[in-house]
Parts: sequence; structure tokens; C-alpha cells
Amino acid sequence: MTSVKVTDLVKDYTLRSGLKHTRLRAVDHVSLELAPGRTVALVGESGSGKSTIAKILTRMERPTSGTVDVRLDDGTPVAGAHYRREVQMVFQDPFASLNPFHSIEHHIARPLKIHGRTRTRDETHARVLDMLERVNLGPAEHIASRRPHELSGGQRQRVAIARALAPGAQVLIADEPVSMLDVSIRLGVLNLLGRLQREDRLAVLYITHDLATARHFSDEIVVLYRGRVVERGPSDAVILDPHHAYTKLLALAAPDPERPGRVTSEAPVDREPIDNGTCYDHFAGEWREAGVPAAEAEAAVPAD
Amino acid sequence: MTADQRQAVLTVEDLTVVYETEAPVTAVKHADLVLHKGEILGLAGESGCGKTTLAYAVNRLHRPPARIATGRITFHGDDGDTDILALDDTRLRAFRWERLSMVFQGAMNALNPVTTVRAQLKDTLLAHRPRMSRKEIRERSEDVLTRVGVDPRRLGSYPHELSGGMRQRVMIAMAMLLEPQIMIMDEPTTALDVVVQRDILREIVRLRDELDFAVIFITHDLPLLLEISDRIAVMLDGEIVELETADRLYRDAQHPYTRKLLGSFPSLSGARGAFIRTGVDETAETAPALEEERA
Amino acid sequence: MTNLKPSSEPSVADSAELLAETSAEAGRKPRAGWRMLLPTMTPWLAVGLGLIAAITLFGLIGPLFVGDPRTIRDMGLTPPSADFWLGTTQTGQDVLAQLAYATRGSLQIGVIVGLLATALSAFFGIYGAYRGRVVDEAFSLFTNVFLVIPGLPLVIVISGFVPAESRGLWTIAIVLAVTSWAGSARVLRAQTLSVRNRDYVAASQVSGERPWRVIVVEILPNLLPVIASQFVFAVIAAILGEAGLSFIGLGASNSSTLGTMLFYAQNGFALSLGAWWWFVPPGLIIALFGMGLSLVNFSIDEIINPKLKNLRLHRKRARRAARLERELAQAAPQVPSQQTKETAR
Repeated sequence: MTSVKVTDLVKDYTLRSGLKHTRLRAVDHVSLELAPGRTVALVGESGSGKSTIAKILTRMERPTSGTVDVRLDDGTPVAGAHYRREVQMVFQDPFASLNPFHSIEHHIARPLKIHGRTRTRDETHARVLDMLERVNLGPAEHIASRRPHELSGGQRQRVAIARALAPGAQVLIADEPVSMLDVSIRLGVLNLLGRLQREDRLAVLYITHDLATARHFSDEIVVLYRGRVVERGPSDAVILDPHHAYTKLLALAAPDPERPGRVTSEAPVDREPIDNGTCYDHFAGEWREAGVPAAEAEAAVPAD
Repeated sequence: MTADQRQAVLTVEDLTVVYETEAPVTAVKHADLVLHKGEILGLAGESGCGKTTLAYAVNRLHRPPARIATGRITFHGDDGDTDILALDDTRLRAFRWERLSMVFQGAMNALNPVTTVRAQLKDTLLAHRPRMSRKEIRERSEDVLTRVGVDPRRLGSYPHELSGGMRQRVMIAMAMLLEPQIMIMDEPTTALDVVVQRDILREIVRLRDELDFAVIFITHDLPLLLEISDRIAVMLDGEIVELETADRLYRDAQHPYTRKLLGSFPSLSGARGAFIRTGVDETAETAPALEEERA
Repeated sequence: MTNLKPSSEPSVADSAELLAETSAEAGRKPRAGWRMLLPTMTPWLAVGLGLIAAITLFGLIGPLFVGDPRTIRDMGLTPPSADFWLGTTQTGQDVLAQLAYATRGSLQIGVIVGLLATALSAFFGIYGAYRGRVVDEAFSLFTNVFLVIPGLPLVIVISGFVPAESRGLWTIAIVLAVTSWAGSARVLRAQTLSVRNRDYVAASQVSGERPWRVIVVEILPNLLPVIASQFVFAVIAAILGEAGLSFIGLGASNSSTLGTMLFYAQNGFALSLGAWWWFVPPGLIIALFGMGLSLVNFSIDEIINPKLKNLRLHRKRARRAARLERELAQAAPQVPSQQTKETAR
């Protein structure tokens, strides 16, 4: 069991054009917490900074300021090489995240070996087959010897999930894990993630632009707009009772067959919602300044 | 006005398209389709179901090794019927864009990066209407841009100066430049953010109401189709398995694949999906659960 | 516990490219990634490989069967005969024997320079691009400096400075390698920058892979075709460069190459005396070897850019589809329909 506490995260990028330097703030004082067995959805459009947060959490980028604190159940901080064992990521594009040159076995065997989960060749192979079966890929022996381009998108994403879990990760960052997949297999992959999460009590950060799956798949939703958190709360509350103008706009824009004919009837909404630097916190039931840490989310954890 | 009362603009009968590879693949199997005037016909299906091939074949844009094995495609214009498959090259060129235009997948990257929007609109106009005067060209260009909701002052801009949504609007403007009776749109909003996507859809529906052209709208996003189209055709493995009005398709889908597709989209505002996160195995069929929920 | 749902897998590909890929794969199932790197056998590749093999074999075992190329005989400039298949030089030396040794010398230079230049370009191109930031900037600058140094004049100057007696094979090889790696390094840097940004590289970094392993195991295999093509090109360039140096008398003093043969032929007035058997064979070997390597390079290009390969497959299929469509049109000449209304008007 591992939990993550992100406090006051800021990431600036410097853009150079000629002699001019401009600073772009991709992530602006974001705080969030990931607890074992809970899914937090990070919702926003492209450019909202959600992928930057994923990169910082997986240590592909350094934050400009702010801290990422990962602790085991007994309170030991996770640092150094252990960090990569605890925090893993599932990438968006299953067609790009597997090396076309290597077999499926290679992709899952490497993390096993790097983190010393297996010692001998036979043990590694057996564990690889185990992992493939856990993500419902079978016959495992057959799949293991394939190369990525011989598998379908859904199968590849299952391989990517197996790879992420191979080191024994307890924290999973899923960056738009189904947006590149065919619609009829999306729910299958999401449900797979859900099952693995229940089995291993994983802490999951589900990054998406799709409000509908965010609502059904997560316990808590954090809405990002231009790098800032504009609304957070239990998923049903955020979607069914949005407070911030931007969340309302997003909810309105998502197609919903329950409300047909909206496209023609509704008036065009203001596309630039006023960003007054505030964030509605459903846990506290009040507006706060963006950047102030959320109320203790643990209160909402279902007891089990 | 129901679909039946409307006049047909395009009839596709028994269309089969085959890819002549080592093992020939039939990408479209005996497709029958009637498109009515001013109608938005949704074409739904997943990658590889043949929906793009079908759209290309209608416009005879399919390239070898694809070939049309059987079928007939008839365009019912104001001035009589045209057998699209029998047109020779010159007349086909005149037919395309003038009567039937396309907005391609990822079209917003199809604009020429080194010339201005104005020059690209002008080129298209001159290619089909060589006698148009400068003034007419300018007026027409400004008119189409205004219609799609882009400031005509943007005419002098280069594509990279426009946002993705703006470029997509310019592409739609370009497709309606010659006032075609049919527009085929292949995933026109897939690469865009939801809010921008919404605006463009609204624009398409509004333009359809104003100008009364017919639209074939291709996408994998069924909820989106349910909202904007009059009728929806669902394709699976090259076959049109179901063709029904949007409302009836949603309320009473007949084909199991349609039900499966419908079940793949959790509803945003409906009851919280019981089929997720309750211990149901992810391999289980999701459609029945959704039906229970709706009932 | 299988979840292979055939109905949800894409069974019919929308694009011809995808089809080309899948159908090419359907026949044989490559297990290892290495197989993917081998070029498809085409007539051109066969000719190229044949030429290279024949010339290499000649350079390797030819010297074992011919006499001493330096033996001077009292029969200058005799045309080819039964005794001397390629005739003799001005001083009565056997041209065939010289050719065998010279081919060996040229190949040696070519391979040594090819390896050195490829290693240099790989180090500066790949490592710099992978590390990024300061290292990349520094390596880039260094590469650019070497790129703008005019190669041949520098080679002439360096070779001119080194006294003839210490101007060995290795000196020339190093001089040639140092002046020829920069272009390839730039190409490799660009390629590495693009591969480095792929998700699978990020994924292997996230899973805790060490940097050198990411480079060698994840990035390098995807660059191999490019590197192979550059190696082949470097070999051609080195053989030609060395021939040029030797021809102007600045070549290695202790070895004989095709360039030195041409140098002596020129000095012996072979051209004006009409002794074609003296200068045509070395020239022809250089040309044919270069041609063979280039043909191989074209095939490697198809691996680097699969579109080229699809283009070839595509043309074949397009012809078949067009033929079938014609046959169909002939079988059913005209479907009578009401669309003739328009044409009638």
C-alpha cells in the first residue's frame, strides 16, 4: 500500500523565440492526493497541464516548485530506485508505447529483472505468463512470443498495463489509457484496470478528457483548466452539480444521448469562461483560492 | 418533415469494394444506402469496419488496390440523375467538390502551410469556376468564412496562425465553397477538444438548416451521432448491419452489435453505471446491464 | 482465461498500407526483431550482393593464387595473353597480380574507415541526442565544426605533412575517418531525437532502465538500418577518397591499392600508349564495388522508410485491381439505367 501526496506543484516551461524568453506556466499550484484503493480522475482538455502532472509524478520532468511525497503504509518515504518500482504509468497510445523491435515477453520481463522480482530465466518467463494472464491475455505462451504489431490496440494496452504492474507498482498513472482504442473495447480495458485496482489496492490517477468515463470509473474528480484546479469533489457531485463555469461548459459539451437535439437548440456558450483563480471544493462545500490544498479526501474513502 | 417525404439525393445500391491484395479483402459488402436532401446521415463503426472505404468509393476517391466489384451509385441532382461510376475523368473532376465535397479525417492538417487561406480558397474557386472575377472570389471567400464562424479578416492568415478548431472550420468552408448538395465528413472533429468539437457540430447543423445540403457524417462516436443525425447506419465488417432513425436506434436497437456499441458509452447524466467497479468481470458483455439500468 | 474476441479485432483494414503490412506478415511469422531488419530480396539487391561478394572474394583469396606483383620482367606493356590474363605493366609486372593485392588494400581501407567513421558518428550523434541539453549542444557544435571543414583539402594537407615513410595505412584511414563522420552524425542525431521522444523509450525509462541500456536495447535497434546505410556509404566514400589520394601520390606508402595502381598507370602513360588493360580493371573494380554497395543501400532504404516498400507492393496490386476492373467492364459492357437522361440532354 502506497499513497501519494502532491503539494503545491508548479511547472514552468521557458519558451525561446530568438532572444525573447517567455515563461509558460503549465501547472499552477496543483495539490492532490492518491490513496490506496482509490481512483482520482484528472479531467481537462489538451493544454490543461494534465500530462505534465503525469510526467512529474513519473519523474520524467522535475517540478519548478512543490513536492511529490510518496509513502508506504508504515510511513517510510519512497525514494531513489524504489520510486520507479512503486509508481508506474500506462501511456495513451498503445501503438507507440511498445517497442516494435522487441517481443511482448521482453516488455514485461525487463521491469521484472530491473527490480529484482525474479532471479532465474525460468522464473522470469513463468512470471511473464502470469502477468499476461492477469490482464486476460491468452494463450499467454502464444502472446509472449508475439511482437507488438501483431496484436490489436486493446491487446497492446493490456500488455502496457501488465508492464506497468510488473515491478509490483502500487501507484498507477493512467494517461488517457483508452482514448486511442476502439469504442467497443474501451470499457473492457477500464474494467480490467478497475479489477486490478481492487485486487492490489492500487492508487490510481486516471487522466482523461472524457467526463462520462471519469464519472463512472473514479471516486474523485479534479478538473484542470489552464494548469489550475478549478473544481474537485466526489465524481457524481462534480458531474451532476458542477459549480465552476468551466466544468459546466465541459459537461454541456459532452455528447449525451439522454438529451437529444441539444446541438440545435442550445445557444452558443461563452467559450472563455472567466478564470478568477478560484476552485470549488465539493468536499468542503465552498469556494477557495486555487492552489490551497484540498480538504482531507480520506473522509470520503468507503470503509472496506 | 420525415425522411420519407424528402427527395433522395444519393442512392447507393449493392456496393461492394474489394482490396486486391494477396488474399483479397472485401471492405464493403453489398451496401445499400439512400441519402435524402438536407439529411444528416451518421455512419458509425469501429476502425477497419469499412466506413471510410465506403465514403471514398461514393466519391470514387478509392485508389487501387481497392476496386468497386459490384453496385451502382446514383446522384440525383436538380438537373437529372448521374451515374457516378460511369463518369469519365474530366466529368468526375467537375462533379467532385461541385456536387459532392469531402472533409477528410485530420483535414485540419491538410491545409497548405506556405500559402494563405485566401489563396487556397481562391485556387479551389478558380479550378471550378475559371471565369469568376476577383471581386466575386473575394466576396464568396468572405461569405463562406463568415458562415463557418471565422472572422473574414483571417483570410490573410497562414494555417499555422490558426488554432486546430479554426483550421477545421476553414476546411469546412472550403468544402462548402461551391455549394455542393452533399458533404461527406470523415471524423471531422475527432482530433479536437470537446468544447471546440461542440461548436463545430453546432455550426454544421446550423449550416445544414440554412443551405439544406445533405451530410454523411462518419465517426466512431455513437453518442455524438445520436445527437446530431437524422438517421444512423451502423457498419460491422463491411456490412451495414442496421440503418434506423437516431431516436429508434437509441431506444430500440435491433442488432446485437449496435447494442454493444451503445453499451460502450457510459452515460454522463444517467444513473451511475452498475456495470463498472462492482466486481463484474471485464470480459462480460456490458449491453444487458445497461438495458436493465435504462428500464 | 482468454479474452480474444475476434469480432472486435479489426478484420478489414481501411487503408491499403495496413493491408500491405498485415498480408506481408500473414505468410511468415517473424519471431525475432532482427528478421524485420533484413531487406526483402529484390533483383537489384541480388545484383548488388553478388557484385560485393565477387569483389570481396577476389580481394580475399585472389592474392593466394597470383604471383608476386612486384616481380619485374623483361616484357613491358604486353596486352592480355594466356600467361598474363590482364597483360603486364611498363616494367613487366603482372596486372592481375597487382589487381588482386590492390583490391585487398582498397577493401581494407574501406572497411577500416567505414567502421571508424560509423563509430564516431554513432557516438556523437546518438549519445549527444539522448543526453540532450548541454551535452547535445556541445556535441552538435563539435559535429558542425567538422562538417564545415572542407574534407579533401584537409586530407591533402594532413597527408602532405606526414612524411611519406610514416604514412601508413592507418594514418590514411584515420585521416579519412575523421573528415567523413560529421554528416552521418547529424543524420543520426535527428533520428535519435525522434526515436527518443517515442513513448516506448519513455516507458522503459519509467520502468527504471539504465540510460546505456535504453540507448543500446531500445533506441539502437531502431536506428540500425540507418547506421547500416551510413556504414555502406562510408565504405564507398573511403575507397573513392583513398583512390583519389593515392592517385595524386599522397596515399599510404606501405600498401598498394586500386588508387596506387591508377597512379602508376597514369605515370606510365598507360592512357596515351593505349594500354587499356592497365587502367581499366582497377577503375572498373572501383565502379562496380561502388555500384554494388549503392544497390544494397537502396534496399536498406526500404527498411528505413517502409513507404518505399509499400509503394512497390502497391504498384503490383494496383495493376491487378485495374486489370480485374477492366475485365469486369468487358464482361458487363453497360448496365442500362435511367442515368442516360443526363447524357441525352
